[in-house]
Amino acid sequence: MSWDEFGECMRFMLLFSRQGKLRLQKWYLATSDKERKKMVRELMQVVLARKPKMCSFLEWRDLKVVYKRYASLYFCCAIEGQDNELITLELIHRYVELLDKYFGSVCELDIIFNFEKAYFILDEFLMGGDVQDTSKKSVLKAIEQADLLQEEDESPRSVLEEMGLA
Amino acid sequence: TPVIQALWRPRREDYLRPGADTTAIMPAVSKGDGMRGLAVFISDIRNCKSKEAEIKRINKELANIRSKFKGDKALDGYSKKKYVCKLLFIFLLGHDIDFGHMEAVNLLSSNKYTEKQIGYLFISVLVNSNSELIRLINNAIKNDLASRNPTFMCLALHCIANVGSREMGEAFAADIPRILVAGDSMDSVKQSAALCLLRLYKASPDLVPMGEWTARVVHLLNDQHMGVVTAAVSLITCLCKKNPDDFKTCISLAVSRLSRIVSSASTDLQDYTYYFVPAPWLSVKLLRLLQCYPPPEDAAVKGRLVECLETVLNKAQEPPKSKKVQHSNAKNAILFETISLIIHYDSEPNLLVRACNQLGQFLQHRETNLRYLALESMCTLASSEFSHEAVKTHIDTVINALKTERDVSVRQRAADLLYAMCDRSNAKQIVSEMLRYLETADYAIREEIVLKVAILAEKYAVDYSWYVDTILNLIRIAGDYVSEEVWYRVLQIVTNRDDVQGYAAKTVFEALQAPACHENMVKVGGYILGEFGNLIAGDPRSSPPVQFSLLHSKFHLCSVATRALLLSTYIKFINLFPETKATIQGVLRAGSQLRNADVELQQRAVEYLTLSSVASTDVLATVLEEMPPFPERESSILAKLKRKKGPGAASALDDGRRDPSSNDINGGVEPTPSTVSTPSPSADLLGLRAAPPPAAPPASAGAGNLLVDVFDGPAAQPSLGPTPEEAFLRFVCKNNGVLFENQLLQIGVKSEFRQNLGRMYLFYGNKTSVQFQNFSPTVVHPGDLQTHILSAPPALRSQVDGGAQVQQVLNIECLRDFLTPPLLSVRFRYGGAPQALTLKLPVTINKFFQPTEMAAQDFFQRWKQLSLPQQEAQKIFKANHPMDAEVTKAKLLGFGSALLDNVDPNPENFVGAGIIQTKALQVGCLLRLEPNAQAQMYRLTLRTSKESVSRHLCELLAQQF
Repeated sequence: MSWDEFGECMRFMLLFSRQGKLRLQKWYLATSDKERKKMVRELMQVVLARKPKMCSFLEWRDLKVVYKRYASLYFCCAIEGQDNELITLELIHRYVELLDKYFGSVCELDIIFNFEKAYFILDEFLMGGDVQDTSKKSVLKAIEQADLLQEEDESPRSVLEEMGLA
Repeated sequence: TPVIQALWRPRREDYLRPGADTTAIMPAVSKGDGMRGLAVFISDIRNCKSKEAEIKRINKELANIRSKFKGDKALDGYSKKKYVCKLLFIFLLGHDIDFGHMEAVNLLSSNKYTEKQIGYLFISVLVNSNSELIRLINNAIKNDLASRNPTFMCLALHCIANVGSREMGEAFAADIPRILVAGDSMDSVKQSAALCLLRLYKASPDLVPMGEWTARVVHLLNDQHMGVVTAAVSLITCLCKKNPDDFKTCISLAVSRLSRIVSSASTDLQDYTYYFVPAPWLSVKLLRLLQCYPPPEDAAVKGRLVECLETVLNKAQEPPKSKKVQHSNAKNAILFETISLIIHYDSEPNLLVRACNQLGQFLQHRETNLRYLALESMCTLASSEFSHEAVKTHIDTVINALKTERDVSVRQRAADLLYAMCDRSNAKQIVSEMLRYLETADYAIREEIVLKVAILAEKYAVDYSWYVDTILNLIRIAGDYVSEEVWYRVLQIVTNRDDVQGYAAKTVFEALQAPACHENMVKVGGYILGEFGNLIAGDPRSSPPVQFSLLHSKFHLCSVATRALLLSTYIKFINLFPETKATIQGVLRAGSQLRNADVELQQRAVEYLTLSSVASTDVLATVLEEMPPFPERESSILAKLKRKKGPGAASALDDGRRDPSSNDINGGVEPTPSTVSTPSPSADLLGLRAAPPPAAPPASAGAGNLLVDVFDGPAAQPSLGPTPEEAFLRFVCKNNGVLFENQLLQIGVKSEFRQNLGRMYLFYGNKTSVQFQNFSPTVVHPGDLQTHILSAPPALRSQVDGGAQVQQVLNIECLRDFLTPPLLSVRFRYGGAPQALTLKLPVTINKFFQPTEMAAQDFFQRWKQLSLPQQEAQKIFKANHPMDAEVTKAKLLGFGSALLDNVDPNPENFVGAGIIQTKALQVGCLLRLEPNAQAQMYRLTLRTSKESVSRHLCELLAQQF
């Protein structure tokens, strides 16, 4: 399936570490598990082999890959031929800013341990591979509202309860 | 804003040591609810020292979760949530998850927000289009959509967009437009609804009902909330692509929105300003939207847009408002999109040249990204006739980039651009630079460079010795990457051109002297000497025995295929040089040949030996005659380059616009329409077992003008190689014929018109042997002509197999008189590279002519009635074709008017009358054409009741003679 005739959109976004560990994956076009794994493996290899200061764009399969490294983590978006590379690069940056603002000096561990939050933030920002809202305030407001709802939902539990011992 | 890069440091990552205390490696602050069990599990996994340990730990957890889910005790929401999160985490580690879906469905049906959210997350990450499950969640989604709780509604919309399947479309496509345009929808819900609808529309456009909401969607471009506009533009762009006419009103709205953004101060837009750049995402999206249409027709709108484009170009010259790379990236994102729009319009020479100059500055920018993008963008500019020359001025910079860039992807772009900017004036320089680059080029792109050099050398060869030198250099420098297509081609060309054969023989002979020469050189050398070795045999330094022993010295190191070819060369030598017969028979007779383990070699040795022994000299001379010229086909190298990946790989050659005056464009046609396959000039063709070569060459394709024939078409078949504009003009007076043809695609047209209705059959023929993918021809109506596509399924959104033809039927209704024809936009992928072309559909106002017979008296009476100056249009012009009365008559009849005899007192003149039928009105037309054979001029006069029609008909018709 291809969307070419309808215009462009992001195909997927990956976050992976320097060591080649996948931290987050978001697919915007139905792709089989097998194909996903293959693509992730292949693309990580290509990107990790690149040297710093190289161009942030590369042609890969029939897609264009836009990536940027933040400390230990690579953010990597696959877009279609006609898409704007620079704005995609800034889209990555805006996402990092959102994570940073939410977690407060975000680092890889925050994303590992709170992967579901990283997903929620991404979903507020992008939908179906397209930018939903670029305002940092709007996105974070939505997330914080959700956190508030969460706190109303639940009262904190004791460690024992958590371990299922209570 | 803090400098993210500094903050994004691996703070706690450093604490991580294998076997460290579990608690120490958990994040100090867990945001939100902090499911502790989940954090413990994640830490455990991170502490596993081996893959096996990790798998063991995961299996233990999976067993635990399974038992919890299956257990008798009902789990509370919190536990369910925690376990589902663990499953998600396991899935993200790359393990398969085959249970837990029911619990996730359960969660998303909960009233608690956090449970719902996790439930939706699980579904959107794990499920693609498992329809069983989708049916289960549909109900919950329905409830959430109806809940009037904006957060719940957004979650549901996200889920629909994420799954995006047809089932989802069937269930919800009808509801979402309502949510999108409802007056009481919250902004955030509108944004989600717009993008959700976009996703469903992309997946199954037929499920989204068009209706009253579409007009309101367009007006979202005016929405107060920038976020809503940002989301809506994407939807509108997609709708425009499919139904350009219905959404035409968006052009002026988009232009005025863009103009407001572009002219706003850097802080006006508050949170939508990104590093001092106002609304970069929205700007880029608006510029993309405008690329769905030709330049605005309304002069005021167009003026405003051109002003915007100029402002963007001007801003690029202003000093940056911030040193941050984010600032310049956002600013340049808009600039590049602006340049794309300028290239898309391809009608404003001034803007095109400015764009080119701007890109020229970027070519030397210190940011690698900008250099990359500038090279890429310039590639498209090179194919516009307005900017081709401007692009060429940057040749030195581009060559320098090819030599010095450290990133292979940038060098690749530079090579692409050199290829695109190449023409006769700079071919020698570009080819020699590419050859030099080839010596050190990355392995990954060598083959492509070889193909490009081979094509340029052939296309722009003025003297063929240069061409032969270039190809031999290719083999010398990058022999491994010289594919069969390339060396077959040089053999074809040498065979077909007798003025280069002697030079080729001499050159290969010299090349073979090198102690280590590439096997491809041996192949080429063997073949050429076998055919034309006699041309250099007079020189004692290259006497027949010397030629033979030189070739034979390479024999033993070569592969079977090459040795087979050399055996054929040897038998040809026996015919060319009888003095070598004894030596060669000795070689053939040797046990290593006659009893060779390879059946092909053995058979050749046996057959050749027998042939040389039993056949008379005459028979031998006939059998081993020089190869006849090869039939002309598309250059197989070009076909190969097109098959290779990489947008733009072949586009420069396919683009018929470029350099329309010269004969070296490739927008033309190959003379033989059938196949692309190349006859293999390997040994078989030398013709012992096989019959004579497959096809006799056409008489016209003599050796004299090979390249012209190969690339230009017109020389061989004059009717087939017009530019798209010429082809379009020919259709003014006829209804059937070939509208477009290049090396990939042929588009034929058959049409008939009656009153204000017409039916047009478009035939798309795939001329290659490779399947076209996503083949989608669509009709765009920039004018007032309403064209309804009634039946398009066989050609729309599908594949077209190699050699196959598909048909599309357009039903056309002329609502009112019009000037611009509708456009046919054809997009498809060929060998991975996107191809796009836009043609004028041959629908002109005269198609709706109804001829009217009338007597002289009536004619003169009406002629007088139409005597207002604006009703008449007149043109005096020089004849472009021989002035033949019969041809002229045929053209006028084809144009649609009746021809009236005995009206004009001068029998040399032509007089015609007819009525143009449109739905809204009828326009009576009278015409008079006065040829002046002495002056080779015509005077054409049109009188109609409508000024614009008179002028337009006059222009159309004047171009026909």
